[in-house]
Amino acid sequence: MSDAPRTVRVASGQGFWGDWLEAPRRQVEGGQVDYLMLDYLAEVTMSILQKQKERDPKMGYARDFIGAMESVFPAVAERGVKVIANAGGVNPDACADALLVAAEKSGVRGKIRIGVVTGDDILDRIDSLLAEGHLLANMDTGEPLSTIRERVLSANAYIGSTPIVEALERGANVVVIGRSTDTALTMAPLRHEFGWKADDWNALASGIVAGHILECGAQSSGGNCLFDWRNIPDLANVGYPIAEAYADGSFVITKHPNTGGRINVPSVTEQLVYEMGDPQAYITPDVVADFTSIRVAPDGENRVRVHGITGAPPTPFLKVSIAYRAGYKAVGSLVYSWPDAMEKAELADRILRERLDGLGLKFDHILSEFVGANATHGALAGDGRDAPEVQWRIGVRGNDRAAVERFTREIAPLVLNGPPSVTGFAGGRPKVEEIVAYWPALLDKRAVTTSVRVLE
Amino acid sequence: MHVRLLDIAHARSGDKGDTANVGLIALKPEWYPILDKYVTRDRVAAHFSGQIHGAVVRFELPNLGALNFLLHGALDGGGTLSLKTDAQGKVYSTALLRLVIDITDDDARASGLLAAP
Repeated sequence: MSDAPRTVRVASGQGFWGDWLEAPRRQVEGGQVDYLMLDYLAEVTMSILQKQKERDPKMGYARDFIGAMESVFPAVAERGVKVIANAGGVNPDACADALLVAAEKSGVRGKIRIGVVTGDDILDRIDSLLAEGHLLANMDTGEPLSTIRERVLSANAYIGSTPIVEALERGANVVVIGRSTDTALTMAPLRHEFGWKADDWNALASGIVAGHILECGAQSSGGNCLFDWRNIPDLANVGYPIAEAYADGSFVITKHPNTGGRINVPSVTEQLVYEMGDPQAYITPDVVADFTSIRVAPDGENRVRVHGITGAPPTPFLKVSIAYRAGYKAVGSLVYSWPDAMEKAELADRILRERLDGLGLKFDHILSEFVGANATHGALAGDGRDAPEVQWRIGVRGNDRAAVERFTREIAPLVLNGPPSVTGFAGGRPKVEEIVAYWPALLDKRAVTTSVRVLE
Repeated sequence: MHVRLLDIAHARSGDKGDTANVGLIALKPEWYPILDKYVTRDRVAAHFSGQIHGAVVRFELPNLGALNFLLHGALDGGGTLSLKTDAQGKVYSTALLRLVIDITDDDARASGLLAAP
């Protein structure tokens, strides 16, 4: 036995559904790790999954997860690596069933014990919750849920680390959850390994901060990093981040040797401020973490030590994510080239708007942007008069699907009947999309009960 | 002296609904007091005037040498409702780094931006 303090290594293998397919396998093969955490869910993902489940009751989970698991089965079955994933979406049971089938095919059935956490899905309970006096009002606007009640597609409470810890305590080596918080995927294994009490606020807050740093994959290890971006080495071979955690809550962010990217104080700090609200009150179901207490310090090459984190008791509420149908939209574009690219694009925009008016089409919203001139920085970017080319991009939004559909047919004609030097129409007519919008709300914690099953 | 934020800070931005957040981080710890003093809530609101339709809120994180700004009404409705190219506010970060601040010579010397006379 060495005298070195015990560490637990949690590796980030996926920052969203659609992240690098190679990352999970590389994380378990590139060096020693104890846990692999895979974050699949963004705000809109649940509604997409709900639509899939309506078409097929066996769907409604992140299917990429099954492929990811097949790529890491040897590590899980033979080397004791455990996996925590919110891949369950709106159907964690179906996800677990599909995983058992994959385990059977790969010859590891019996070595995979799946903990399935349910209870976050409150779609079927909305009316009884409203009847009991829970308002589920929009956190941002204060509007009551009744304004969109008939259009709700999915509703899930963000659940914390407790049921994940329970699944690990009951021997699961793969835990599948629906809508947990992203940070719980990292915090739960640390709480389980170190036996942190449910009121050890500083330790729990440390786990949340570790989770925040890991939850966006390579965004803390050199990906999308503005600081000194030219000199970040070998992003083609980027190493995803790993939290090497200690029982006192401190941890080191690092990555496997012989991988690209870079972990330093600026790369970790950029991720710490990402999607931040009030830094003194980073609210989760387990604890309220204080990001102004975080200390970050270099700890050798591609190692950053994070410590000093404090936390406070959580609020009595869980955040709820509700997705609802919110009309239709379509976005199309054409490219105008030098000379006078911007003026031509602006003329095209005026012509199209006049034609839409002439057709009597009504939209809730029309937005025109000039990519290459000022689409992302607006007036701060200047007037775009000298741009060698400009992509004119126009979108409409409204409840009348037919109007949005007609809009999509009005762009291509401009190639022949609008301003000159135009190209970039090869993609054809834009597609009409149904908008599924997001409604954040709060719900009394006591109204949500989670349960855990362990399958073999 | 005039200083562009791009030369003394880096940044990352993201979204929560129709609100963009921009974390502004000093490139050197000794430059954080410059950000703290000059990149005020009002200065940022004026910088983005006409582009955002809600309030600007500022938080300080001296431990990280960083400021965090919430830009409300910045994302054309946000999420899937937004028709913007940058519906998730990913590049408000670099838009803030365009800001030019005018700092006193004393402050410039104290932070090492100007050599001592």
